[in-house]
Amino acid sequence: MEGFKTLLYKECLRFWKVGFQTVLSPVLTAVLYLLIFGHVLEDHVQPFPGVSYTAFLVPGLVMMTVLQNAFANSSSSLIQSKITGNIVFVLLPPISYREFYAAYVIAAVLRGAMCGVGVLLAALPFASFDIAQPGWIVAFALIGGAFLASLGVIAGIWADKFDQLAAFQNFLIMPLTMLSGVFYSIHSLPAFWQGVSHFNPFFFMIDGFRYGFFGVSDVSPWTSIGVVLTCFIVLAVVTLQMLARGYKLRA
Amino acid sequence: MTPAIRIAGVTKRFRSLQALAGVDLEVAQGEFFGLLGPNGAGKTTLISSLSGLARPDSGTLEVMGHDVVRDYRAARMALGVVPQELVFDPFFSVREMLVLQSGYFGIKKNDAWIDEILHHLDLTTKANANMRMLSGGMKRRALVAQALVHRPPVIVLDEPTAGVDVELRQGLWTFIRKLNQDGHTIVLTTHYLEEAETLCGRIAMLKAGRIVALDTTANLLQRFASHLLQVKLAAPVALPPLLAAKLLREADGGLEFGFEHFDDVADILAGVRAAGGSIVDMALGKPDMEQVFVGIMNQN
Repeated sequence: MEGFKTLLYKECLRFWKVGFQTVLSPVLTAVLYLLIFGHVLEDHVQPFPGVSYTAFLVPGLVMMTVLQNAFANSSSSLIQSKITGNIVFVLLPPISYREFYAAYVIAAVLRGAMCGVGVLLAALPFASFDIAQPGWIVAFALIGGAFLASLGVIAGIWADKFDQLAAFQNFLIMPLTMLSGVFYSIHSLPAFWQGVSHFNPFFFMIDGFRYGFFGVSDVSPWTSIGVVLTCFIVLAVVTLQMLARGYKLRA
Repeated sequence: MTPAIRIAGVTKRFRSLQALAGVDLEVAQGEFFGLLGPNGAGKTTLISSLSGLARPDSGTLEVMGHDVVRDYRAARMALGVVPQELVFDPFFSVREMLVLQSGYFGIKKNDAWIDEILHHLDLTTKANANMRMLSGGMKRRALVAQALVHRPPVIVLDEPTAGVDVELRQGLWTFIRKLNQDGHTIVLTTHYLEEAETLCGRIAMLKAGRIVALDTTANLLQRFASHLLQVKLAAPVALPPLLAAKLLREADGGLEFGFEHFDDVADILAGVRAAGGSIVDMALGKPDMEQVFVGIMNQN
């Protein structure tokens, strides 16, 4: 257990030591999105009755930041360790693959949560919103973050170079996040694209997370949590299998 | 007594390359053991298999009686590995790295031992320096320190002195010798064969994934001859078969003969002269590990 705790501490320390890059930068990026999109669309779009566009945008940006940073943390930590070779320092000690997985995922979720809280706090001066059901907010942030953290572990282990990881991030994570309803309600989309959105697990994460703020969502939060939880469990099983087999880590 | 290391029938293939082709080896507790071989012989694969960094296709490996797969926690607790590559985590200082490494092995309070290791490895003044700021030799010593944080009874050093200057190398060996005297089992791979000859009590030589020699250092040194006679001739000559059988090496116009008794020297010289050779220089010597290594590699 001590090995797990130390690995978790080290993973947290790693991102905290470069906090400008890992926490403050994503917060700034999200706030810029908020300011620009909010300014342009505030008077033109009202996604839910009685909810301003800027207020609608805040939970989406918070969740997007949580998800992207959870992915970035585990994936970048692993690929850096693999490429520099210092991954041996965590492979040589008596740390089980389950402890390894848990440490990387929890650290990634913590970074995601810190960034998310940062975005939320930074958004307070620009939008007024209530928090209708905080339990949903926490649940979606944690499970969604863990889902992306697991995906980050897979990507970090699979990728042999930064280019491959960037492709994973830019051609999979980024489009799925941007097309998940962060900036719009899917009810504003044509029927076909509404249907397509239901195949994007990120949509359920954003929609369920937003439900925690407004008590209103495009689909039931129970459906969303079911989808997100199922996706996380499937991904966790896949990741644990990879780690148990030592895929690309233990030759 | 349980062997420090027991390796039985270990094979490992990387696609078309048979990295290990059935290795059997036992290293007793307290030994200073050398693992030698040319590049690609399988030394690092064997060490990786022992430490859990690689998974063998077949065979078993044990550290202090603990199977490295079934009982991996106990096996890894008993093993400290200094990797061949000069790797480090650029986020941390030397001390932070050692504290973290202690934690990975389940040790919470390790400051006294960390201070002692840093002192012996001449790293005390660099304890709070970031790993990126260290010279190559210092990074190498920091790697040694990392392998020792959990006081493993078995320590594997994979090319530990590559890039370390002579003075620091001596200091490193003094410390490793002390660890060996204190009861730690040391397994060393090195391309500095004189280091292996000086330090190791027993040596295994690997070639193409197989052990081609395994004996005490003293026996290996006498494998081809107890003594050497080096003779330089004014011009090359054809040696009679009886004399050619004693010839170990021929290079740069010089001949190197092996012999067991000093009485043989007169016979060799007489044979050379009888063959028409004109001796311009000669020297007596003892075989060293490099000669033995080359001889064994050429034989196999």
